[in-house]
Amino acid sequence: MPLHIWINGAVALFVLGAAVATWRLRRNALWREAGRELWRRRPLALAFVALYSALALCDSISWIDAEGTGVREPRSLLVRAFPVDFQEASYSAPLADVEFYGGQPLQHPGAHWLGTDILGRDVLLQALRGARVALLVGGLTSLIAIPLALLFGVAAGYRGGWLDDLVLFLISVLFAMPGLLLLIALIMALGRGPVQVCVALGVTGWVSFARLARGETLKLRELDYVQAARALGVSELRIIVRHVVPNLMHLVVITFVLMFSSLVLTEAVLAWLGLGIDGSWGQMIDRARDELSRDPIIWWNLTAASAALFGLILAVNLVGDAVRDILDPRTLRERA
Amino acid sequence: MLAYLARRLAWGVVTVIGVLLFLFVLFFTLATPDDIARKAVGEKAPQAVLDQWKLNHGYDKPRFWNPESPGDTMLAEHFRRMLTFDFGNSDADDTPIGARLRSGAGPSLAFTLPLFVAGLALGISLSLFVAFFRDTYIDRMGTVLAVLAMSVSMLLYIIGVQFLLGKLLRWFPISGFDYSPDVMIRFLAMPVIVGLLAGIGGDLRFFRTVFVEESGRDYVRTARAKGCGEGRIMGRHVLRNSLIPILTNVVMAIPFLFTGSLLLESFFGIPGLGSITVDAVNANDFATLRVVVYIDSLLFIAGQIATDFSYTLADPRVRFG
Repeated sequence: MPLHIWINGAVALFVLGAAVATWRLRRNALWREAGRELWRRRPLALAFVALYSALALCDSISWIDAEGTGVREPRSLLVRAFPVDFQEASYSAPLADVEFYGGQPLQHPGAHWLGTDILGRDVLLQALRGARVALLVGGLTSLIAIPLALLFGVAAGYRGGWLDDLVLFLISVLFAMPGLLLLIALIMALGRGPVQVCVALGVTGWVSFARLARGETLKLRELDYVQAARALGVSELRIIVRHVVPNLMHLVVITFVLMFSSLVLTEAVLAWLGLGIDGSWGQMIDRARDELSRDPIIWWNLTAASAALFGLILAVNLVGDAVRDILDPRTLRERA
Repeated sequence: MLAYLARRLAWGVVTVIGVLLFLFVLFFTLATPDDIARKAVGEKAPQAVLDQWKLNHGYDKPRFWNPESPGDTMLAEHFRRMLTFDFGNSDADDTPIGARLRSGAGPSLAFTLPLFVAGLALGISLSLFVAFFRDTYIDRMGTVLAVLAMSVSMLLYIIGVQFLLGKLLRWFPISGFDYSPDVMIRFLAMPVIVGLLAGIGGDLRFFRTVFVEESGRDYVRTARAKGCGEGRIMGRHVLRNSLIPILTNVVMAIPFLFTGSLLLESFFGIPGLGSITVDAVNANDFATLRVVVYIDSLLFIAGQIATDFSYTLADPRVRFG
């Protein structure tokens, strides 16, 4: 089966999962209250995040046209919003009618709102498509790292003994290796590609949350309701699933939001090392680097990618701050 | 105290062994010697060339078990070389790795040390200032600026500063390095500025949280009730009691400093450890990469042990039994 059908299927599964999770959370009064509070505090940032997510979603659903249109590769919903063959020969300035070098008339005069890059591709379209890569980096990596961290952290904290020692050993070994270097080494060893990058980011990213989850589990284990459940003969697995993990969920949400922006920024650094994911904003910024030393300078590539990246990171950071304030019991106590 | 020291050191040694095992898994099993050789000699090279390359670079032994002589394996060789600091030659150009790293340590330190000290001084003084004016518009503006500063990619800071200060205003040379001190300062100014810009947001936010939390404590109220001035409260009482979380943060920042300098060094042409790492990545030089990760982990573990001891100096309540 071709790749784009697999991706469509994965996207459908993901959307379904997100919908079910939202529905389940909405039934819980505490989460509903937290959500309402978040919306009250950061409506604009939330709207921005939603916009980026919508762009990423539109760029993830793709299909191949019926015979006869002349385009063979699958095109996403987002690409379809632009004309077919939306391409020039080389650089053109925003809204220009002629090419930047040479002054040849363009195929689509005045249609490239943010100009075109060295290969003549529309910069606006590329900047919009970067949202998919950014959300993939943040989302897929979190889907790898957070369950891994929960598994190790909760198991170590709850069972103790040799398991705890083993997990602590793993954590301190991974923690001792400097993050970016470990990432580079992992990607060099695993090979280059979007999934490899996410796996590498996940392997380096789970450590600090596993530590946090272990510490919290140690505390939760001694609480009365867990003791009561144990005295009633509830199985260990059931105690962990019903009583321990739900009480870690607020930490999961906080970690997810706070991790997200650092993951996207790290990908930009990796892109500069040539280890990033194709089509990311980091790659666009990297490619635009020597365009600034041309004369006259080509600024639209760099500006578009940086602005798109900055917008997403700022919105996520603002949401993250609010989420932490709302969900963290420590600040809750301070407010009361 | 002595028992604690011994336990801490033993844990450090165990961690180092773990790091070495992890590196072995990464560079000898996930990326096999065949993969590494293929990358070096090319996809289409004949098997004989491949084997010759592996022989020349010491990738020819059995990995885990040698039936003829049990000690003569890649695993044993890996541990022996790393633990005796006999790193051998680079995969890319056959120069000795140890000598290259030693030559890179000086320039790296010349760059990271001023950045580290200036960053800490700037971060602490700015956040003390902001915390002093907590719950006023100065505080709110500081927090907003910190979030804004944190949301900008390091790449953009580098490109922006290089373009503005180097190309438009021509204050500093765009990139390069020199060993004579007065020229070095001119070369190091821009990377240090970029490093400060990139770090200040996170530092400001973290230190501010610590200071604000600390200034809500009872002893601060007592000091104020006794007529102690606000400046003295902030500068003496709050700052001193905030030292523990700050110390932790400072040591945790050391490896991040290194990774930050990875980018900065190669952008600004400083021939330090960061540049060596970037060159190794670009040349598929696995031998050098391995050594750099190992050395950095060693430094980090040593730093961690050092922080645990610095706690005892900063806080007389912390005593290890």
